[in-house]
Amino acid sequence: MSDGTIRPERFQPAWQDRPWIRRLLAVAAVLVALVMLALPLLAVFVEALRRGLPVALDAIAEPDTLAAIRLTLLVALVTVPVNLVGGLAAAWCIAKFDFPGKRVLTTLIDLPFSVSPVIAGLVFVLIFGAQGWLGPWLQARDIQVIFALPGLVLATLFVTFPFVARTVLPLMQEQGRDEEEAAATLGAGGLRTFLMVTLPNVKWGLLAGVLLCNARAMGEFGAVSVVSGHIRGETNTMPLHVEILYNEYQFAGAFAVAALLALLGLVTLVAKTGLERLSGRNGNLA
Amino acid sequence: MSASAAAIDPARGRAAPIRAVPGFRTSLGITLLWAGSIVLIPLLALVLRPLELGPLGLWESLTDERVLAALRLSFGAAFLAAAIDLPLGLLLAWAIVRLRFPGRGALDAALDLPFALPTAVAGIALTALTAPNGWLGAPLMAMFGWKVAFSQAGIVFALMFVGLPFIARTLEPVLRDMPLDAEEAAATLGASRAQTLWRVVLPALLPTLLTGFALAFARAVGEYGSVIFIAGNMPMVTEIAPLLIVIRLEQFDYAGAAAVGLAMLALSFVVLLAVNLLQRRLRRGRL
Repeated sequence: MSDGTIRPERFQPAWQDRPWIRRLLAVAAVLVALVMLALPLLAVFVEALRRGLPVALDAIAEPDTLAAIRLTLLVALVTVPVNLVGGLAAAWCIAKFDFPGKRVLTTLIDLPFSVSPVIAGLVFVLIFGAQGWLGPWLQARDIQVIFALPGLVLATLFVTFPFVARTVLPLMQEQGRDEEEAAATLGAGGLRTFLMVTLPNVKWGLLAGVLLCNARAMGEFGAVSVVSGHIRGETNTMPLHVEILYNEYQFAGAFAVAALLALLGLVTLVAKTGLERLSGRNGNLA
Repeated sequence: MSASAAAIDPARGRAAPIRAVPGFRTSLGITLLWAGSIVLIPLLALVLRPLELGPLGLWESLTDERVLAALRLSFGAAFLAAAIDLPLGLLLAWAIVRLRFPGRGALDAALDLPFALPTAVAGIALTALTAPNGWLGAPLMAMFGWKVAFSQAGIVFALMFVGLPFIARTLEPVLRDMPLDAEEAAATLGASRAQTLWRVVLPALLPTLLTGFALAFARAVGEYGSVIFIAGNMPMVTEIAPLLIVIRLEQFDYAGAAAVGLAMLALSFVVLLAVNLLQRRLRRGRL
């Protein structure tokens, strides 16, 4: 890393902190990181393994837990592709075209990040719930949205909405429009230009965006909690199952499932860091 | 060369962009369908449903003392947590950019943990840590008599965890790009290191600190998963606004729940607007 830092052992310029101050700052930073970042993570795994690995594994192998894992995977399997297509379309049309309302659209894409997850669940209850706008209509036709899979998918779609667009948009903007214009001049259509020119340029960033979107989809709690109804084995995702076990004082089980989710987060983190190296960018997660 | 080279559209008599790249209509169509159905229409419900209560009903629904207490707690705790995170985030960003020490890489990687850890996991982990028998809770209780978990302090702690990377990661690139010459020049002109930090470095970082504060604050206000386990959820004392939304929904008071949600969004908007104005004033003052 060549950021112009001068090695303190060589000389001590007047505009640098004294070595003992630098050491003190480093120690303080490590302490803060230990207490605020490392301890919580460590606590998850220590609590999960408190009564041994077999107990933890047994807790995960329970039918209700397995059902929760299946449901979580299913929800992610539906939401990630939708937000992948939508996010790509949005990033492409914002980066490659000029049109009125572009800034409004860009703001709109970021909006779900600044809305409470509980509100993300709430809005769908307001529309599809028993007393929602479409509630009576849906009830008459015996269609369940809230307290069922569609509700879980919708709430998850809302909270994971910005991830792909957010990671891909700056890459596409940086790339400019020259290559796409060249492709168009040579007679390529829109889809072909997109697939063969734009997409290869942003592939690593796109993969990072998909991973982040997936991690959030699987780990979401607040939004999903509002629309789930918490029916064991049916509408309980993994994070919600953690809550149920925890509230029933089954701490070993709760922390075992939590450790599984924490592993998912860690893998995502490592993969994201690797992808950032590949694409040579230092982007932010949220 | 730019795709937006304007030409005069004779029919309308004003500049209309020529689009060299095809596929605009399709991509905009998909985008509008996607954004409209997932975000725009649902948020419209949030704005319209509270109106069912009528102006008076809405006022009563929001001035309920339990609602006021929850809003005060959510915004107060978020503000406090983001404020405490400012120096901590600055310290971490400074250490990552300016210092070289063993474990710096690990610290850099660990900084994203609060982003990556699902909120429910963070919630039970922080509760286990700060409970009266926890690794942090036990010594704090023994030494200072502080109760962290199941109190307002626990809420602030959870929100600090959630907000920390926002501040550090916002500062990091700015700190990295900040030229050292200014500090060098100040030192050459006879400023002490403390004067340089106070008069040169801090003012340069202030707008970014504000941005980080706003991001951490906005996230903390709406935070649910990492808070409800540690809070204890006593009405009037440790009941956050998002939890009140959940409770009202369970009582089938949809309009009341939406009213709380709308109030949260409106209040956040006011705070973020104020931060934005402050930033503009800072920028203008410096030029």
